[in-house]
Amino acid sequence: MTDGVLHPALVLIVGALLPALLRGNARKLAIVALPLVALALVWQVPDGPVWQARFLDHTITPLQGDKLSRLFATIFALMAAGGGLFALSQPSRVEVPAAFVYAGSAIGVALAGDLITVFAFWELMAVGSTLVLWSNGRNSSYRAARRYLMIHLLGGVVLFAGITGHIVQTGSVAFTHMAPDSVAHWLILIGFLVNAGAPPLSAWLPDAYPEGSWSGTVFLSAFTTKTAVYALIRGFPGTELLVWVGLFMVFYGIVYALLENDMRRILSYSIVNQVGFMIAGIGIGTEMAINGAAAHAFTHIIYKGLLLMSAGSVLLMTDRRKCSELGGLYRSMPLTTVCGTIGALAISAFPLTSGFVSKSMIGQAAVDGHLLTVWLLLTAASAGVFLHAGIKFPWFVFFQKDSGLRPAEPPASMQLAMVLFAVLCIAIGVWSQPLYALLPFPVNYEPYTWAHVLAQLQLLLFSGLAFFVMLPLLKRTPTITLDVDWLWRKLLPAAASSVQAAWRSARQAAVDGLALRVNRSLGSIERRARHDARLSNTGSTRSMATWVLVLLLGYLLLYYL
Amino acid sequence: MNDKPHWLDQPRNLRLLWRGFIVVLVLTVLAQLLVDLHPHFEIEAVFGFNAWFGFGVCAAMILFAKALALLLKRPDDHYGPGND
Repeated sequence: MTDGVLHPALVLIVGALLPALLRGNARKLAIVALPLVALALVWQVPDGPVWQARFLDHTITPLQGDKLSRLFATIFALMAAGGGLFALSQPSRVEVPAAFVYAGSAIGVALAGDLITVFAFWELMAVGSTLVLWSNGRNSSYRAARRYLMIHLLGGVVLFAGITGHIVQTGSVAFTHMAPDSVAHWLILIGFLVNAGAPPLSAWLPDAYPEGSWSGTVFLSAFTTKTAVYALIRGFPGTELLVWVGLFMVFYGIVYALLENDMRRILSYSIVNQVGFMIAGIGIGTEMAINGAAAHAFTHIIYKGLLLMSAGSVLLMTDRRKCSELGGLYRSMPLTTVCGTIGALAISAFPLTSGFVSKSMIGQAAVDGHLLTVWLLLTAASAGVFLHAGIKFPWFVFFQKDSGLRPAEPPASMQLAMVLFAVLCIAIGVWSQPLYALLPFPVNYEPYTWAHVLAQLQLLLFSGLAFFVMLPLLKRTPTITLDVDWLWRKLLPAAASSVQAAWRSARQAAVDGLALRVNRSLGSIERRARHDARLSNTGSTRSMATWVLVLLLGYLLLYYL
Repeated sequence: MNDKPHWLDQPRNLRLLWRGFIVVLVLTVLAQLLVDLHPHFEIEAVFGFNAWFGFGVCAAMILFAKALALLLKRPDDHYGPGND
C-alpha cells in the first residue's frame, strides 16, 4: 500500500545519481532542485502510516508521517538544498551525490514508522557520510573516514542487536516510545547515543568532521547527530539519564572548544555542545522540553551550517584552518565576516536570532519542573556557548590580529548560500510563529518578554566581558587536546603492535626450538647410520651362510626333540 | 582600499568601542531596576544575577580548561604530520 505518495527519502537517494551523471548547468540545477522536490514531497506525507509492506513476517512502515517526523524531514531537506547551493563550485564529483544519499537517509529515518526501516536508513547514512569525508581526497581525510566508519559500524551493530532483541521480546517492529528497562532497549539507546556524539565516544565527531572538504563539513554537521536527536525524542523522551548525558556533552564541548586551534574543530566541539542542550531537553521530557529540543535541532542545523559555510569559505580562500594562522579577514571578506557573525550570534541565542527562540524553551522547561541544578547548569552553559563559539570563532578567524592575509570573498553561489541561511537565522528569531507551528506539541510560550530579553543580554554581554578580560589565557597555540580517540589512535595500535611483536618473537623461539630438536634427531640417526657404526656393518657371505646353517640345524634338532 | 585604514584598525575607534561596551554593560544591569525579571528560583532574585553568574562561570570554565590543558595538551602533529 503506497497511496500514490512518493517517498521523499528515496527520491533524494535515487536522484543523487543526477548530479553524478549530469554536467554543467544541468548538474547545478539538479543539485539545488532535487532537495527542494524532496522538501515538497515531505509536505505531501499525511499523518499515519503511508507505505506498508511485509518483510520477514513483519509489517514494516517505510513511510509514516506526523508533526515530529515532518519537522525533521523538512530541516534535513532544507539543509541539503542550502548545502548543495554552497557546494555548487565543488570540483569533487562524489561529494554532493554522497551528501544527497546521506541527507536522503536522514529523511528516511525521520519518516520511518518501524525499527527495521530506521536501521536500514541508519546504516546507509553511515555509508553516505563516510563517502562525503572520503571524497575530500586527502590522506588525512581517508584515515579519518576509516576511524569514523569504524565507530559508526560499531554503533550500528549495537543498534541492530537492540532492535533484534526488542522485536523478539515484544513481537512488534513499530518505532514508538521505549524505556531503558531491558538489555535490548539499553542497546538501542546506546546505538542512538553513539550517533548523537554522547560520551564516552564523543571524540569521533571532532576527529572526523574537520577533515571534510570546505563544503563537505557543512553537510556532515547537519544529519547524523540530529537524526539521533530525532530518534531519542521518538524513543526515549523523559529518560532522566539523558539530562545528565546532555549536560556532560554541553560542558565537554565548551571546554574542548576553548582549547582548540582548528577553526572547524572548534565548531565541531560546539556541535556536541549544542546537541547536549537538545538531549538534556529530551531527558526533561515535558511538552515544553520536547518542543524546545526539536526547535533547537531545527535552528541549530541552520546556524551551524552557516558557521561552517563561513569557515569553509575561509578555508577555500586561504587554505588555512588554524586560528593561530588566521585573523583580520574582515578587511577583505566583509560578507563572510557578517554572515559568520550572525551564525555566531544565533548559536549564542542572542535576542532576535533563531537560537534565542528555541533554546530558551529548554531552559523554561527546567524552570517549570523546578529543576534548580539543571537550570543553573544550562544557564552556565548558555554563557559558555557565547564564550567558545559566539565570540571565539569570529574573533580568532575574522578579527584578532592582522595575519596579513587578504583573501577575496568566495564564489557567488557560496555567498548566496550564506546570505540565505543568515536571513533564516534572523527571520526565525524575529518571527518565531511559523517554526512554533511546526513543533510536535502546541506551543504556549512567548520568548520576547522584557524580563527574558534583559536576563539573556546580561548573561551574554558579561560572558563577552569575561572573554576579553581573560583573552591572554585564550591565546591560540598550535596544539591539540587529547581525547578518548587517543585510545584507538595511539593505545590500541601500540597494544596491537606490541602483541604482534610478542607473537613474532614467540613464533621465532618456537621455530628455533623445533629446528634444534630436528637437527639433534637427525644427528643421532646419522651417527647410528655411519658406516663404522655397529648396526651399519656388513657381514661376509660366508659367515652369513654359516649362521643360516647353524639356525637350520638348530631347527631340525628342535623338531626331533 | 589600502590607502585608508579600516575603521576597526584605528585605535581611537577601538577605545570608543570598549567604552560603548562598558556603558551597555552598566545599562543592562541598571535596567533591572525598571524591569521585573520574575525570578523563579531564590538565587535569581539576587541583584544582577545573570551578570555576575555569566561572568563568573565563564572565568571558571576558562580556568578549568587551562588546567585540563596542562594534562592533555599536545603538539598538533601528535598523531603524525598533516593529521592534526
